[in-house]
Amino acid sequence: MAESRTATEVTANDPAGGGAVRRAGSGRRIAYARLRDLALIPAIIVIAIVGQLVSPVFLRGDNLINVLQTMSEIAILVLAQTLVLIVKKMDLSLESTVGLAPGVAAWLTVPVGTGHGLGLLPGGWSVPIALAVGVLVGVVNALFIIRFGLNGFIVTLGMLIVLRGILTGISGGQTFFRLPASMLYLGTEQWLGMPASVWLCLLLFAVGIVVLGFTSFGRSLYAIGGNVDAAKAAGIRTDRVLWIVIVTASVLAALSGLLLSGRLASVASAQGNGYIFTVFAAAVIGGISLNGGKGTMFGAFTGILLLFMIQNVLTLAGVPAQWIGALNGAIILIALALSRVTGGKVQD
Amino acid sequence: MVVGPPVAEATGVTKRFGSTVALREAAISIGQGQTHALVGRNGAGKSTLVSILTGLQAPDEGAVSFGGEPAPRLADRDAWRQRVACVYQKSTIIPELTVAENLFLNRHEHGRNGLISWRTVRRKARELLDTWSVDVDVRVPAGELDVEQRQFVEIARALSFGARFIILDEPTAQLDGAAISRLFTRIKDLQQQGVTLLFISHHLQEIYEICDTVTVFRDARHILTSPVGELPRAELVAAMTGEAAAEAGGARRGPPAEAANVLELTGASLRGAYDDVSFRVRAGEIVGLAGAASSGRIEIAETVVGLRAATDGTVEVAGPQLRPGSVPAALKAGVGFVPQDRHQQGYVAQMSIADNGTLTIPDQLGRAGFIDGRRRDEFARSMIGKLAIKTPGPELPVSGLSGGNQQKVVMARALANDPKVLVLINPTAGIDVRSKEFLLGKVEEIAESGAGVLIASDELDDLRLCDRVLVVFQGRVVAEIPRGWHDHQLVASMEGVDLDG
Ligand SMILES: Nc1ncnc2c1ncn2[C@@H]1O[C@H](COP(=O)(O)OP(=O)(O)OP(=O)(O)O)[C@@H](O)[C@H]1O
Ligand SMILES: [Mg+2]
Repeated sequence: MAESRTATEVTANDPAGGGAVRRAGSGRRIAYARLRDLALIPAIIVIAIVGQLVSPVFLRGDNLINVLQTMSEIAILVLAQTLVLIVKKMDLSLESTVGLAPGVAAWLTVPVGTGHGLGLLPGGWSVPIALAVGVLVGVVNALFIIRFGLNGFIVTLGMLIVLRGILTGISGGQTFFRLPASMLYLGTEQWLGMPASVWLCLLLFAVGIVVLGFTSFGRSLYAIGGNVDAAKAAGIRTDRVLWIVIVTASVLAALSGLLLSGRLASVASAQGNGYIFTVFAAAVIGGISLNGGKGTMFGAFTGILLLFMIQNVLTLAGVPAQWIGALNGAIILIALALSRVTGGKVQD
Repeated sequence: MVVGPPVAEATGVTKRFGSTVALREAAISIGQGQTHALVGRNGAGKSTLVSILTGLQAPDEGAVSFGGEPAPRLADRDAWRQRVACVYQKSTIIPELTVAENLFLNRHEHGRNGLISWRTVRRKARELLDTWSVDVDVRVPAGELDVEQRQFVEIARALSFGARFIILDEPTAQLDGAAISRLFTRIKDLQQQGVTLLFISHHLQEIYEICDTVTVFRDARHILTSPVGELPRAELVAAMTGEAAAEAGGARRGPPAEAANVLELTGASLRGAYDDVSFRVRAGEIVGLAGAASSGRIEIAETVVGLRAATDGTVEVAGPQLRPGSVPAALKAGVGFVPQDRHQQGYVAQMSIADNGTLTIPDQLGRAGFIDGRRRDEFARSMIGKLAIKTPGPELPVSGLSGGNQQKVVMARALANDPKVLVLINPTAGIDVRSKEFLLGKVEEIAESGAGVLIASDELDDLRLCDRVLVVFQGRVVAEIPRGWHDHQLVASMEGVDLDG
């Protein structure tokens, strides 16, 4: 007897059943598959209308730019996590890297006397150092996960705690101030009237969409996430691709950390704390499967955009700050349910 | 005839999986232009050799060479791909990706800007499938194809690399007669072009049809290699099994005349699949449902077990009408089931044989939802013994079994709840000759003990033991043939040719 879970799935997916029907219905199904990428667009439009009704400020250019800027750092994390999820891995440690990478850079470059700075290196080194920390964290993750074949969830959960601890250790639990100018640049500079971080975020997503959709490397991510053995049989160097993905994700997290500390002009020892929940939520809302091999970069972008638009609307509506946390959680759950309805497919 | 070094050669190859020795100092040498058959019972080590010959696994000992040169490093996948293309026994289709992308995975067509040109990929995929007359939309996810279409995607892909050496590991196990002859026409073309083939199948007549040399493996060892013409069937089977072949015999008595109906379909219809199907199966009766893969016979069988719901008509199992489309209801009514696609619906690969075999009977293994591990393993052990499943023990995950032995686990599960009605779709796909006799013998035993059996298959061997065969053609039951038919009569009927008319 067929195992009942699979069995019900078959029934559910194919209520009308029948191979002959399949052919006839396929045209509609394809259109549908394409639309799934755009599944959140109606929701985004609805939120935009609601937002405009709540406050006429909402659709003003500077407010929208504000939304984009506040989401840019976390959006880059979503991008990173999307890559990792598509190859059927997970990286929880991204949120700690967001704090640790700029933290180490600040630690080494902030002059002695202000907080826990060592002042060992000139300020110009801060950005390379932060990115190098990202590479290092990624390499350690990849070693554990790929080389030693450990479970990615547990490894990165461990890394999450260790990295957070290191940041607390080097900062003495305090916040780094008086960051070198090069660290502030990306978080504060305006390019053509838009914050550099927004440009950077949009650019990265554009690159992500192209790479995932239109390059052999990008497609190999889906193949690996869908069926590693099949990917190997097709001649894909699966380990190498996995290495690249895991290290890239960490570097992106470091970059995200740089943007964040640049914008805030400081590195708090809790920087990035609790981000990972939002990151996963945005990815799943955007149609990325936690079981690998499914979802697009564009979908992930709409996921995080939707979340931040809702938050913005709530703020404009004057919801007291103390309640934002609880509402955030609730919103994520509601958005998940919404995307299930509009996306039409069971999330996994 | 053979000139130059062999296209592929493996010598002294040993491969162990834990305590199991899958290959013991095995060797094979495949000469230029040969169509070389590799046969052996389930678990003999054939697929393991394939994975070593295609560079997916390294042998523990021994060496592989191509055209006299040592094989490339395992990491150098490209080099392997230039030397050998393969249709693996285990599906290498990625269900989430489109058919087109599966066909051109990792060799996408790139446009002038260096990016993948999806339009070209789709067009080429379309062309490729057209040459195989596979009528599917290349833009749908491959997971939506049926088993046979998926198999063709695999075959079409392997044969489209232009490799001079191609391995086919049981390509025909999931294909019906018409599809197999399409494949063979293509294989004959390739033979003419001098392509070398290694062909694995449990259908021995196929070996005699298209192969020129045959190698037999038994219990992880190389037993013999010989020209096909010099090895009659009986000797071939003897070499595979290590004992003189005993022809299965013994006529069945058939059900007693007063036996009650255990399964009754009345005017059942499912739009696009089958139409106005009525038949009954009595206790102790074995009924065949013959027809091509797309005839609708599979959908009919799936309706009986609750995987599909008929749009019209009724399905009654041992009395009251079943709740349509409900597997638990069917289970409870006493239906045992071997699904068509074992990889997808048959078992949970990472779970042990014991867990898989007892998946449908948790209530027999303990009280109040708890499962008594000892009782489960005991049950599994008796199952392994009864069906001769080749495994070191019941705790091995099913993914570690050979293909044919996986099929036996699925069979075991179908038998676990002492079914009143047993529904089997292609029950012997991928099962070796001897185990096939054995398994079908088991089916007869079950019928003897009072169950009704419905076999939806196009394998003549499966259908031979049926008391009567219903032929399904384009969704309708077009003929009922009592036991004692001739092969050509049934084949013609399945293809919709009326010999008498
Ligand atoms: N990954 C694995 N882990 C454990 N045992 C394995 C694994 N792969 C294969 N085996 C064992 O190796 C033996 C040979 O298996 P193999 O798949 O090569 O058989 P086969 O000749 O292809 O059989 P079939 O005709 O059923 O496909 C079997 O006993 C099988 O249980
Ligand atoms: Mg095999």
